Amino acid sequence: MSSTQPVDLVVQRPGVIGAVKSIFFDPATRQKLLAFASLLVLMVFFSVASPNFLQADNMVSILQSTAVNGVLAIACTFVIITGGIDLSVGTLMTFCAVMAGVVLTFWGLPIYLGIFAAIFFGALCGFTSGVLIAKLKIPPFIATLGMMMLLKGLSLVISGTKPIYFNDTPEFSAISQDSLIGYFVSSAPIPNAVLILFLVAVAASIVLNKTLLGRYTFALGSNEEAVRLSGVNVAFWKIVVYSLNGAICGIAGLLIASRLNSAQPALGQGYELDAIAAVVIGGTSLSGGTGTILGTIIGAFIMSVLINGLRIMSVAQEWQTVVTGVIIILAVYTDILRRGKQ
Amino acid sequence: MSESAATPIVTIRNLSKSFSGVSALDDCQFDLLSGEVHALMGENGAGKSTLMKILSGVYRRDSGEILLDGRAVDIASPRAAQAHGISIIHQELTLMNHLSAAQNIFIGREPRGRLGVFLDETALNNQARRIFEQMHLQLDPRVRVGTLSVAKQQMVEIAKALSFDSRVLIMDEPTAALNNAEVADLFRIIRQLKSRGVAIAYISHKMDELQQIADRVTVMRDGRYIGTVPMATTRVDRIISMMVGRELVDAPNDIPDTSRQDMALEVRHLNRGAAIRDVSFSLRKGEILGFAGLMGAGRTEVARAVFGADPIDSGEIRVYGKKVSIKSPKDAVVHRVGYLSEDRKHFGLASGLDVATNIVLSSMKRFLKLGGLVDATGIRAAAQAYVKQLQIKTPSVEQQVRLLSGGNQQKIVIAKWLLRDCDILFFDEPTRGIDVGAKSEIYKLLNALAEQGKAIVMISSELPEVLRMSHRIVVMCEGRITGEVPGRGATQEMIMQFATQRDAAKAA
Repeated sequence: MSSTQPVDLVVQRPGVIGAVKSIFFDPATRQKLLAFASLLVLMVFFSVASPNFLQADNMVSILQSTAVNGVLAIACTFVIITGGIDLSVGTLMTFCAVMAGVVLTFWGLPIYLGIFAAIFFGALCGFTSGVLIAKLKIPPFIATLGMMMLLKGLSLVISGTKPIYFNDTPEFSAISQDSLIGYFVSSAPIPNAVLILFLVAVAASIVLNKTLLGRYTFALGSNEEAVRLSGVNVAFWKIVVYSLNGAICGIAGLLIASRLNSAQPALGQGYELDAIAAVVIGGTSLSGGTGTILGTIIGAFIMSVLINGLRIMSVAQEWQTVVTGVIIILAVYTDILRRGKQ
Repeated sequence: MSESAATPIVTIRNLSKSFSGVSALDDCQFDLLSGEVHALMGENGAGKSTLMKILSGVYRRDSGEILLDGRAVDIASPRAAQAHGISIIHQELTLMNHLSAAQNIFIGREPRGRLGVFLDETALNNQARRIFEQMHLQLDPRVRVGTLSVAKQQMVEIAKALSFDSRVLIMDEPTAALNNAEVADLFRIIRQLKSRGVAIAYISHKMDELQQIADRVTVMRDGRYIGTVPMATTRVDRIISMMVGRELVDAPNDIPDTSRQDMALEVRHLNRGAAIRDVSFSLRKGEILGFAGLMGAGRTEVARAVFGADPIDSGEIRVYGKKVSIKSPKDAVVHRVGYLSEDRKHFGLASGLDVATNIVLSSMKRFLKLGGLVDATGIRAAAQAYVKQLQIKTPSVEQQVRLLSGGNQQKIVIAKWLLRDCDILFFDEPTRGIDVGAKSEIYKLLNALAEQGKAIVMISSELPEVLRMSHRIVVMCEGRITGEVPGRGATQEMIMQFATQRDAAKAA
């Protein structure tokens, strides 16, 4: 090559067929399509297997249960894209619900302070995890495992091991149960919880794709050392990511407390695995660097359709748990297969 | 290099640096003129990369000074270096594979759009495109870096450096993973940068490339500054002798010729991607075969391939004349081939367990009694026998391995393989991280093993060690064997000639 000629580093522009091919064979897109197809297959299967499945009531119930897990999974998505993990999201959710109960029922303060408390304490706990991980260099798995136990204990201590009911603030249950959409469109009584899930998802998607925080979330998961060498304050951004994760868990805490009209201090453990499973099924790699909110939402729907369908087919509770376990193992294994190919 | 060749942009004086008490740089100097390519040469561990990492703010200096345009500066972080117009392209590329080229270039300096909250992706891509145009490089800024070839990724790194308006560009072995056409492209870009007055510090082992691109060469050895010479008028021999050091005449190679006639190991036409290219060698019983070469030449890769730790594309392995198929370390051990990895802590030893357990760990089956119980007495006895034979200094076989010195840990790894009846042994950097006294003990032990008829391959980056220990020396460069010399009478110059023979490696 002569020295005057420009270097030919052109990326070959594919034709139409090439473009279609590249869409279908892009691993991230393929995973999302695969997940969406699985969701459809599951829904078709259950509606054939049981006439009750497609009933409006049941659909609303699926949406309700997806709301909590979906919001938790969105929280996890950020952390997992950075290459980290958060095992405390389940008990953190409960802790936030309990704190809302403390503010509303114990102290009798107005409802907006209860909402603020849940999100604030969520962010605070996420901040703590972030400091443990980014500053004290405790591996995320261990740091958040510790937080999981710590928060579970705190919830029990603060609530006196008894559920806190929101009987003094009847409007609290409206957060999740009422239907703002149904108020305008009476034929679609979609509960507010689902609306909130949708809003959180849109906001999270914007943050992830359009803001600096999102850019650094991907960058950290892709090559943390490169980010550090580029002069970016890695510890600061990690702490921000975990704090955001915590705040979103606070929203999940509000949703579940509102649905049960109580803060159940013993609840929470196990939710983290459902959330992580939803994230992984949705195509976010546990090794970090890739992931989408849309994928996570699809993953969350797969989880709840599966559980709901099994319940409707009268599969025993124990067996539902067994199936969930198998799904989690399969999801993580496909992630390993995907990583192996890259 | 035409204008302003008088005032150096960078002057480094009396610079010293040590890591946990071990001196890495001692009173070093270096200067860099506008529009020149100044090469840094030296053997592995000479301190080139450390010096450049200090200049680019990755490490802090202990003492000495760095002048920019004649003014003393303190470069406290990579960001500070960038602010001074100094950029480094590390040997291992520091890119985020999941992000686009433009996103990589402007990481930490993303242009913001509305409200200062949202990222302005259009501006980002346009700015990147402008830099690519300056470089006469046709590359889509939106393409994901992970899908690019190494050469293109390197161009992205260079673009990133240019985006800082860098006046000083440091390149650490930029051609290590490039083919000839890609090297030509890189050189074209480098010449273009030169003509714009950018000063380039260029670390490389490859003499033929430096002859094409470098204006001056500074040679370093053992963390010290040796000298600076103009590239065009200096003979290659002289640079090599500066790198090696004439006065460095170590203990002579006077080991008895223990080579016996029977062939222990024959490797023929071994291939594995670009890492191992048509490698053939043979090893006799009682022989120590030295494997010399620069870092990344492919020596460890050959050992791992023969040992079955990595899959091979093609090639034939014969053990004692018999063709064998080694697909996993387990197969290797069956054929009595052992590999002592360079990283003892990670791959060779369970450092929290005691001496006896480590020695028998891979031969546990032999120490099982009826019913699957472990024969503790047998283990103890076997371990004690090896502690005695190899003169491992330990208070008892119950001592935790991590509490022993590096030399004794190495001996435990050796004991482990001997207990498995391995008599073809690959030693990968057997004396790395071991003090001088322990080194000579390891040497004695290797000699003794050879005398007993074990066949030994010794991979080492320390030339004096290779010269002193080996019956024969094989030299590798870029995945190929570029030379073979008898141990007796070999010199460091001869080996360095082979080890830097990039052209021969390509042509062969």
